[in-house]
Amino acid sequence: MAIPGQKQRSNVEELLEGIWKQNPVFVMVLGMCPVLAVSVSAVNALSMGLATTFVLVASTLLVSALRNVIPKEVRIATYILIIATFVTVVDYLIQAISLAVYDALGAFIQLIVVNCIILGRAEAHASKNPPLKSVINALGMGAGFTIGLLALGSVREILGAGKLFGIALFGPEFQPWVVMVLPPGGFFVLGAWLLLFNWLNIRKAKPAAIQSAEARA
Amino acid sequence: MTESLSQIFIGTLLANNFVLAMFLGLCPFLGVSARLNTALPMGAATTFVMVVASLCAFGLNWLVSAFNLEFLRLISYIVIIASAVQLVEMVLKKYSPVLFRALGIYLPLITTNCAVLGVALFQTAREYSFTQALTFATAGGLGFTLALLLMAGLRERLRLATVPNVVQGTALSLMLAGLLSLAFMGFAGLGAGE
Repeated sequence: MAIPGQKQRSNVEELLEGIWKQNPVFVMVLGMCPVLAVSVSAVNALSMGLATTFVLVASTLLVSALRNVIPKEVRIATYILIIATFVTVVDYLIQAISLAVYDALGAFIQLIVVNCIILGRAEAHASKNPPLKSVINALGMGAGFTIGLLALGSVREILGAGKLFGIALFGPEFQPWVVMVLPPGGFFVLGAWLLLFNWLNIRKAKPAAIQSAEARA
Repeated sequence: MTESLSQIFIGTLLANNFVLAMFLGLCPFLGVSARLNTALPMGAATTFVMVVASLCAFGLNWLVSAFNLEFLRLISYIVIIASAVQLVEMVLKKYSPVLFRALGIYLPLITTNCAVLGVALFQTAREYSFTQALTFATAGGLGFTLALLLMAGLRERLRLATVPNVVQGTALSLMLAGLLSLAFMGFAGLGAGE
């Protein structure tokens, strides 16, 4: 099945792709709606990340297992139906486990259906690869998404409420930066994280460019 | 729910703007907002789909509740939305092929626009009546269009400015969106609150 001239990727590479190189939040900037809406606190962010990872892995497994059966013309509709089924499962599951989390996340659990990451993975990866490989890739993507959410959620919770996972970090005289837990804060914090990543990338690219210029000279 | 129609309309359009306060529909908001002339038709198409989806969702919700099949609600909503988008796509392709090509991949992506599914889900959660749901969907769509237009205008201006390398791209758009969102917070308290 390997395409000549193209290296077969190992399982570790598949896993790491989602966590770092193709991180859905910081690199691909996909599925922004739940990321910004839910990341007001670290707990919310973590539960949302886990729920999305579950849907991602389960639907990837099914799509990958059925990839030779699904007719090409109706594949997107089929993927969405598969995803919607698993989201319904998660919806009822969270309701059963913790009503508090369910209320905090609200309609955004059901909105996992329209998260571009999941459909994107189904179309771009699971429909072309065997189940094991797809699941590993989905696990990496899910982990990357959860890490991104957590990074955003903890920054917003620390700055906006002076807490992390509900535990107060600073003394009572701490003045919370309220705007950070309000909608604009979401945009600002994500923008700041992207800035940081841009800066790191540019810093990394510069020495390489200088070296190659010197090699040519 | 005893909100008046005007409360719902103003509240959804400004105070709880779908994009800037509720974070719904961010993908097209960041994707299509580079130019004013594609932003308006995109907003109009999305508004249309939202209204159609809201009407269908209202009927479906009644049907699903009548037969005690609540677990099928989400699945049936998404199927309805996909069909509505297909309809818009066919109409646009027939009557305005230029626009059809300009919108490109973002047209079928309306299916995965959270704002559309969001309308259906929120109107169910808030138990809106038929007229309330219709007002909610229209205001939501108009609010989406408004945010898209504002953003496109800002970004067209910004293209003429010199911006440091590090800030370019999505980071800059997000900062802009943050400022817009901050401005929209001035409307807080108008109309129906959460």
